[in-house]
Amino acid sequence: MAKDELMNYEKALEMFEVVIGLEVHVELNTKTKMFCGCRNEFGDEPNTNVCPICIALPGALPAVNRTAVESSISIGLALGCEIAPNGRFARKNYFYPDLAKNFQTSQYDEPIAFEGELTVELPSGSVHTVQIERAHMEEDAGKLTHIGGSTGRIQGAEYSLVDYNRAGVPLVEIVTKPVYGAGAEAPELAAAYVRSVREIVKGLGVSDAKMERGNVRCDANVSLRPHGQEKLGTRTETKNVNSLRSIERAVRYEIQRQAALLAKGTAIIQETRHWHEDKGATSAGRPKSDADDYRYFPEPDLVPVQPSKELIESLRAKLPEKPADRRKRVQAEWGFADLEFRDVVNADLLDQIEETVKAGAKPQAARKWWTGELARIANSENMDVTELEISGAHVAELAQLVDAGKLNDRLAREVLTYVLAGEGSPAEIVAARGLEVVSDDGALIAAIDAALAKQPDVLDAIREGRMQAAGAVIGAVMQAMKGSADAGRVRELLIQKANA
Amino acid sequence: MSELIRKNASELVELLKSGQVSSVELTKAHLDRSAAVDQDVHSYLYQNPETALAAAADIDRRRAAGEQLHELAGLPIAVKDNLTTTDAPTTSGSKILEGWIPPYDSTVVKKIRAAGLPILGKTNLDEFAMGSSTEFSAFGPSRNPWDLTRIPGGSGGGSSSVVASFQAPVAIGSDTGGSIRFPASVTGTVGNKPTYGAVSRYGLIALASSLDQVGPVSRNVLDSALIQDLIAGHDPHDSTSLPESLGSMADAARKLDVKGMRIGVIKELMGEGFQPGVMNRFKESINLLQQAGAEIVEVSCPNFEYAIAAYYLILPAEASSNLAKFDSVRFGLRVAPEGNPTIERVMAATREAGFGPEVKRRIILGTYALSSGSYEHFYGAALKVRTLIQRDFAAAFEKADVLISPTAPTTAFKIGEKLEDPLAMYLNDIATIPANLAGIPGMSIPNGLADEDGLPTGIQLLAPARADARLYQVGAALEKMHEDIWGKRMIDFAPELEVRS
Ligand SMILES: [Zn+2]
Repeated sequence: MAKDELMNYEKALEMFEVVIGLEVHVELNTKTKMFCGCRNEFGDEPNTNVCPICIALPGALPAVNRTAVESSISIGLALGCEIAPNGRFARKNYFYPDLAKNFQTSQYDEPIAFEGELTVELPSGSVHTVQIERAHMEEDAGKLTHIGGSTGRIQGAEYSLVDYNRAGVPLVEIVTKPVYGAGAEAPELAAAYVRSVREIVKGLGVSDAKMERGNVRCDANVSLRPHGQEKLGTRTETKNVNSLRSIERAVRYEIQRQAALLAKGTAIIQETRHWHEDKGATSAGRPKSDADDYRYFPEPDLVPVQPSKELIESLRAKLPEKPADRRKRVQAEWGFADLEFRDVVNADLLDQIEETVKAGAKPQAARKWWTGELARIANSENMDVTELEISGAHVAELAQLVDAGKLNDRLAREVLTYVLAGEGSPAEIVAARGLEVVSDDGALIAAIDAALAKQPDVLDAIREGRMQAAGAVIGAVMQAMKGSADAGRVRELLIQKANA
Repeated sequence: MSELIRKNASELVELLKSGQVSSVELTKAHLDRSAAVDQDVHSYLYQNPETALAAAADIDRRRAAGEQLHELAGLPIAVKDNLTTTDAPTTSGSKILEGWIPPYDSTVVKKIRAAGLPILGKTNLDEFAMGSSTEFSAFGPSRNPWDLTRIPGGSGGGSSSVVASFQAPVAIGSDTGGSIRFPASVTGTVGNKPTYGAVSRYGLIALASSLDQVGPVSRNVLDSALIQDLIAGHDPHDSTSLPESLGSMADAARKLDVKGMRIGVIKELMGEGFQPGVMNRFKESINLLQQAGAEIVEVSCPNFEYAIAAYYLILPAEASSNLAKFDSVRFGLRVAPEGNPTIERVMAATREAGFGPEVKRRIILGTYALSSGSYEHFYGAALKVRTLIQRDFAAAFEKADVLISPTAPTTAFKIGEKLEDPLAMYLNDIATIPANLAGIPGMSIPNGLADEDGLPTGIQLLAPARADARLYQVGAALEKMHEDIWGKRMIDFAPELEVRS
């Protein structure tokens, strides 16, 4: 991969205005696929969830999944969209081996939802309203695995395997209008927008919303134009950026790359680009142009989707709280300071903390665990904290054990590693491994006496008010008891002894 | 020839019910007939006597056991080879599907099996039903039993000739622009294209999804009614299938009464381009209907002149997309190209080798019609014409309950005569295409022999969407008048075929 020249980010923003556009694909978690009765299930044996319809055998016809339509309407409503009284499917024609029919059943000029908006808050606290152009229904393609060749791409592969389990899985594609005015925060805005969309679909319960599984996928369009220019610049579309962090990085990269080219007077090529997380760079994919001809036409095998007013209103009535409202509410309930709360939001931990608090933890304790130790562990494992295999209930239990004095911080952290290793709940682990803090005064006094025998001056020092001298004895006691002593209690006992 | 196989299906059903004939006997008689004549007629692409006889024996056994059976149980039937069957290859007349045995039955075939009709075989058709003569079948043309040097109509020439040559009492066809009705017209048989959505298309290998409709083929109107009643009905697998029942076609066919009905003659479907013998017979039938108490009115459908042009944009557009799935990846033919076999090159080589000339012609036409820049001029304009034709019909049906026209401008032409002239071939369907564009039902029934060549002509009856019963009512009444005048069924004028052993 040739190395791109990048312009300094601040300089790029001085020279150009950034315009982004985001296409988010949300995979719905319906029981069955969009147009057939096959199971919609991630991770099954390849080509087990298939039928004549989703592998496009001659004669097979699609029939629309009602639940998928309702989920799509709910997404549209949650994004403040109008719902089309007559949503029509269309065929998007192109040949590709993962596309059984060699056309994708999608929606073209009559999407189910259109003209909405979503308000998102950035880490800096600035608030932006992103205009939504449309949300439409479509079906996913199969999954290709290219064998042989060096790139893992179809070009140069010796052969490719197709898994049609994913073929026909319902998707909702949410497309924004061009987003202006975020300035240097355009990358953060892109990530914050996708985070909000994720929160919405998760809150609606219509998608598992796991980015690492591809339940939510983002294509980011980026273009630059000189400040004051009306005409939009040529855009690139970076495909399938699969984490919030990557979205931010990919947008930032494209800004810097395009700025360097434009500054040299080189035209931007309209193309799809691939994001490489490991290299932190995008690379050129297929050239793309507005002349890409998919020969869309209305799908003659399906009648238009005509949701009744009653259906739309009943779905509207079931909408959960808007993300912005929810944030206001929980921040107040938890009593987090603005900065504390922003950290939580940026780490995408609202759900986790809410679950932990519900399970009985104090909000501050929940926050500290998630943004502290758990975030540190995730970071060292190079994963997202939300991907850790731990429930809010476990974290709450751990916090309660600490509150009750049964675990000290060090022990609690140790227990945490065992929870993450799948050994069970914190209480179970404490019991099984005998990790409880020793607060039996007799054992502690014996250990203190043993330590004082080696450091007889410490008691005098304490009496003279030099409290730091206590540290050496406390340390010795902790060491003797292999860390399971309650340090606070040791300190109390030591002071009692000095003042006796 | 066994007299049994000349009988109408409605009579055969009575013989089966009363035990005068068994399904095995009846099935065997038809299989014997095929063995005797089908090497000349070539109605079938595939027959498996064993499975047909096994299905017949099963029905006989169940009847003997006193089981309550469907009224058509035991009646053998032939099925056009573009309907999927799990026990027989389904090729749609194309090399690209040669030998493909589908893993599922089409809904129509499911209904046929559930009612206990033994399937005699799969009938020939133009490749993917694209044609008016069966000459575009990849497996050779079928021949007209009235004159083996002539075409039996198309695309469903297999189903028309199979019934006309007494190889089957009834058959299933499909009609996208006349593929049931034109073959019926040139073989002296009956065929109906039901209202769009009356019969499930699930398992029908699509030509043009918005035009295709499955329907019955037979030697008389009541028989077609019985078959339509069997295969019609809502199917959750076909989103475009009608939710409601259209009532009993057989009841309508038994009324034999046209008194007080308003019958409209379509001005634009007469005169120029129509063979004199066809027109003479047509005018006689107008008189017969009038004498029987129908009121004859003239109606005008001015937009019909654009129908063929619109049809040959909409059909290829949909077909180009429907046929994209034939790419060698999951089923059917796979051809390795010379040199590096990339997926694109394998797909291209397979489609090049697997599709015939008419299919390629229409894929190219349709791809072009949908291309950006052409869409508005071609596909978009065609959709507007479609709406105008629907309005023409709506206006005509204000004045008339049923419309009539000759089914086709001519009698059967010679094999090879129009093969090099696609436009001449397309013109055969001038009278039948409007019904598909509007989604309304259309029937063709025998209408006497043309004076100049002694070959069958047909009359087409059209009714508003969902009013298929009117066609059966008027069709059966007119058929009765004809038979009273001629003294026998029209099919009984057909020459005896040479029997081979
Ligand atoms: Zn399926």
